[in-house]
Amino acid sequence: MGTANNTAVDVSLMDQVFEKYREQQGALIPILQKAQGIYGYLPPEILQLVASRLGVALGKVYGVATFYSQFYLEQRGKHMLRLCDGTACHVRGTTRLMTAIEEEYGIRPGETTEDGELSLEVVYCLGSCALAPVAVLDEQVMGRLRPETLLQQVSNHISSQQVMA
Amino acid sequence: MGLRDQLAIPRDVIATVKNPEHRWMAVCRGTGCSSSASAEVRQALCDELDARGLSDEVEIRRTGCFGFCEAGPIVVVHPEETFYTHVTPGDAEAIIEEHVVGGKPVEGLLYRDIATDTAVERWHEIGFYGKQQRILLSNCGIIDPENIGHYLAFDGYSALEKVLTEMTAEEVIEEVIDSGLRGRGGAGFPAGLKWRFARQTQSWPKYVICNADEGDPGAFMDRSVLEGDPHSVVEGMIIAGYAIGAQDGYIYCRAEYPLAIRRLEIALEQARELGVLGENILGSGFSFDIIVKEGAGAFVCGEETALMASIQGERGQPWPRPPYPAVAGLWGQPSNVNNVKSYAYTPRIIIKGADWFKSVGTEESPGTAVFALTGMVNCTGLIEVAMGITLREIIYEVGGGIPMGREFKAVQTGGPLGGCLPKEHLDTPVDFDSLVAAGSVMGSGGMIVADETTCMVEFAQYFMQFVCDESCGKCPPCRIGSTRMLEVLQRITDGEGEEGDLDEIRRIARGMEQGSLCALGQLAPAPVMSTLLHFEDEYKAHIEEGCCPAGSCRALITYEIDPDLCTGCMLCARKCPSEAISGEKREPHVIDTDLCERCGLCKEVCRFDAIVVN
Repeated sequence: MGTANNTAVDVSLMDQVFEKYREQQGALIPILQKAQGIYGYLPPEILQLVASRLGVALGKVYGVATFYSQFYLEQRGKHMLRLCDGTACHVRGTTRLMTAIEEEYGIRPGETTEDGELSLEVVYCLGSCALAPVAVLDEQVMGRLRPETLLQQVSNHISSQQVMA
Repeated sequence: MGLRDQLAIPRDVIATVKNPEHRWMAVCRGTGCSSSASAEVRQALCDELDARGLSDEVEIRRTGCFGFCEAGPIVVVHPEETFYTHVTPGDAEAIIEEHVVGGKPVEGLLYRDIATDTAVERWHEIGFYGKQQRILLSNCGIIDPENIGHYLAFDGYSALEKVLTEMTAEEVIEEVIDSGLRGRGGAGFPAGLKWRFARQTQSWPKYVICNADEGDPGAFMDRSVLEGDPHSVVEGMIIAGYAIGAQDGYIYCRAEYPLAIRRLEIALEQARELGVLGENILGSGFSFDIIVKEGAGAFVCGEETALMASIQGERGQPWPRPPYPAVAGLWGQPSNVNNVKSYAYTPRIIIKGADWFKSVGTEESPGTAVFALTGMVNCTGLIEVAMGITLREIIYEVGGGIPMGREFKAVQTGGPLGGCLPKEHLDTPVDFDSLVAAGSVMGSGGMIVADETTCMVEFAQYFMQFVCDESCGKCPPCRIGSTRMLEVLQRITDGEGEEGDLDEIRRIARGMEQGSLCALGQLAPAPVMSTLLHFEDEYKAHIEEGCCPAGSCRALITYEIDPDLCTGCMLCARKCPSEAISGEKREPHVIDTDLCERCGLCKEVCRFDAIVVN
């Protein structure tokens, strides 16, 4: 993966999170959600920190972090494309969209391009079934997609962000 | 000061909100319309009004989902109820100029009936709404979900008032039992009975839990209720808390529903400010508060025990029942778990009475059913119909039939744990028991229509893939069974099916049904078994003849170019990722079947329908 995975993690950012959930029972999941919001993924240091601050085994924290699909233990690409493969999208052609992305960018679900630009993920139902097939690129929802329009929008999005940077 | 007087204070909005002459526009801000830019539409309408100095005379209101997401973004102009579809920011000028100022509807934005191709002006005259009966969704599209005053205007929190001032907990439970309300999560267990069990357990604290972990692919009923009318869920939960003797409530909502979570948080805040939530509600001495718990992406958390494990901060793995949650649930304490819709019906039942609720729907399944109608139908969206309506009425009258003149093949209800029914069953009435008798289930409300181009084996494989991904892994029948079953299905759609595969499927299904710990594993074989029951021929065609009758399974089809239709535009040849298409300009092209990977891209781009699937 092109992006640096080993930049130092500023663990002090977690203090406010622990403060917020100090009194709450069963707060492990919200704490991990907030941590991922801060760092973009769950680095090993953070898993260890959460375990020691909550007084639970690292194994338990790891068990929870790996159980839920929302959590990532590795850094992801700069852009995230989520293809919906809910039933409605599936019958309206998500598989073709997936093929198109694989052929254009060489990535399958769960993978990131070598240049660290784009990650692909398949999700089950974003609840926008009337617009099927649907994909979400970063925060932008795209509906009624065809392979061509999807590829076009992804490439526009990536290049426009590069220009801005 | 009585309770009613306390609530009377913020009710002065009622005058405007309920005034039949009031000129206002509803702009749908549900997830569907919002993804097609309804925020920009709203802004453009506001700007146009501002420019003409009309801002004080016309109210622009953000509302919840109209259900007709296919036609979004939707704008409805009141009091005439003129229904505009596919509105873009650029249409704002016409709406204000021609309609608001000129008094004439904008013809080009009206919905056009599919059958007659004529413009339909009013909301309730549209075929999609004709057979619907909106009880649960009555506020969606009318009130601003982020304004508690609007909810109050439509009798909001008056059920809570009534309960706290006039009814004992036992009377509340009696009323809910009498209404015959069955749990809308899918299983249809009588909601009032569940409440009674939780009340009878002598242990405190107790918990009221709302299951908003709507994980079924192709389902968004609960989301629309939470986004469009969040207070109805909150009020229902407070009433349930009063009935069972609980002070704490949890709403467990999928993280994939950020808008629903935001609206819930706003609703809870406003309810606390008004004094209908929190300590000593309306001075009655009863206290109740609610916390929203955001899910982290696990389908199995829709199962009630897994959901509670997740609230406790653990892996969302189910535990065996009994004991049921009513006896030992969250943190080992008595808990009542209901679906979003079950709670949202409650205030309406308390106000209008059990008899009113029973007057809608069928004897055994009173009330309405809310479905997310999707897949291969003309009008997709969220619908609410009286129980007892037939599948045919839903698909052909509400849904407007199958697009592109294709043939109906099957309708799937109950999501990955449900079943599908072929056309022989189209006249089955939709209620909890009739659907089970026909071989499917009610489920929580997903309804997906498949047409002739959908391969039923692949459809079943899709659901099994889903279960395989989402099985929590705790019990072997579900974890291993789903993997083995998927392998067999994969083999069949790959064209490598073997004799005896169908028996193998049946054998694995029995093991999963009988041995799994929770409903996920027990019901996971259902989509496969129901397609096998109704479409065994299709399975056999894959295995014995090596062909996919629907023309969908990649390994079993070939693409060809019809030389009579091909114009030689070269578009497909340029697009083909495996360079399998060749031919001279303006001459018919040819596909090399050995090189072709059957991605279907050529068929997608061809403007002359010249690509044929064999």
